[in-house]
Amino acid sequence: MGVNNALSRFFSRDPEAETTRAVAKERLRLVLVHDRIDMSETLMDQLREDLIDAIGKYMEIDKSGLEVSLSREEDGVALVASIPVKNIRRNA
Amino acid sequence: MGRVIVITSGKGGVGKTTATANIGTGLAMLGKKVCMVDTDIGLRNLDVVLGLENRIVYDLVDAVRGNCRLKQALIKDKRYDESLFLLPAAQTKDKTAVTAEQMKELCERLREEFDFVVIDCPAGIEHGFKNAIAGADEAVVVTTPEVSAVRDADRIIGLLEAADINDPLLIINRIRVNMVKHGDMMSVEDILDILAVDLLGIVPDDDAIVISANKGEPTVLDDDSRPGRAFRNIARRINGEEVPLMGLDEKSGFMSRLKYLFKAE
Repeated sequence: MGVNNALSRFFSRDPEAETTRAVAKERLRLVLVHDRIDMSETLMDQLREDLIDAIGKYMEIDKSGLEVSLSREEDGVALVASIPVKNIRRNA
Repeated sequence: MGRVIVITSGKGGVGKTTATANIGTGLAMLGKKVCMVDTDIGLRNLDVVLGLENRIVYDLVDAVRGNCRLKQALIKDKRYDESLFLLPAAQTKDKTAVTAEQMKELCERLREEFDFVVIDCPAGIEHGFKNAIAGADEAVVVTTPEVSAVRDADRIIGLLEAADINDPLLIINRIRVNMVKHGDMMSVEDILDILAVDLLGIVPDDDAIVISANKGEPTVLDDDSRPGRAFRNIARRINGEEVPLMGLDEKSGFMSRLKYLFKAE
């Protein structure tokens, strides 16, 4: 641990955030999020079906135009769904 | 019927072979009949860690192919006569010399004879890994407090579960308490936060490991060794006992430092 590093940690409000330990943990967390999104196709299909069911309660949707995917963002992973709506169900 | 436990990690150099030698010997110290199997074909090392390298005649490939009887390939560890054995890997054969099906059969035969079959898995996730886990019903994943090692452990845990080896247990090896305290190493809690597994034990980073490897005597045999004590605890936990985690701080105690000073002379 360098002197500068130690000093800055000493004066820092959040000593945890400055440590290489915290850096390692955060890098590990992110790399695992990325590694783990290799979700299986079956699981993605299930998710798609469940989404159709859930959203279908409230709106009429175009199932053929539905797109669901996971995308890598800079600080994590996002579930991106594009769902064309045909009509809103009034009695929902 | 004995239990078949594979020791694995994904990443190389984190201490799989050392863990296998110490867990196997530790279980024998508890009076269990144990067979250790080195599945790292082409890069065998468990024999050297155990100090049995001069006694090898036949190996795993010979036993599987019927070039010898299984009993002939088992090397008796004289420290625990009739209760601790090694089935060494082949050194000169190709790593595809054994199939997963043959490994399964081998494990079935061994578990009839032994209380525990402890399998040392090669690094990686390819052929050797698949062979090593083929006949196992339980797994121990070894990691160290580094991003790369924990990442590989996560991958291995996923692969083990995909192969229906559920609830693997984790050993965190080479923890350096002072570095954790200074914020320069991930702690046990940090790693457990991230990996979805239960902890089997923690092993401190210690010169005793290097010294025991030099001699070919597992550190678990050494009463004064801290990693030795950690592995004795791990063996007892595997055997079903509840043993609290040992404190990692003791080494900085004055007496042990003093002892260390004299030892170094």
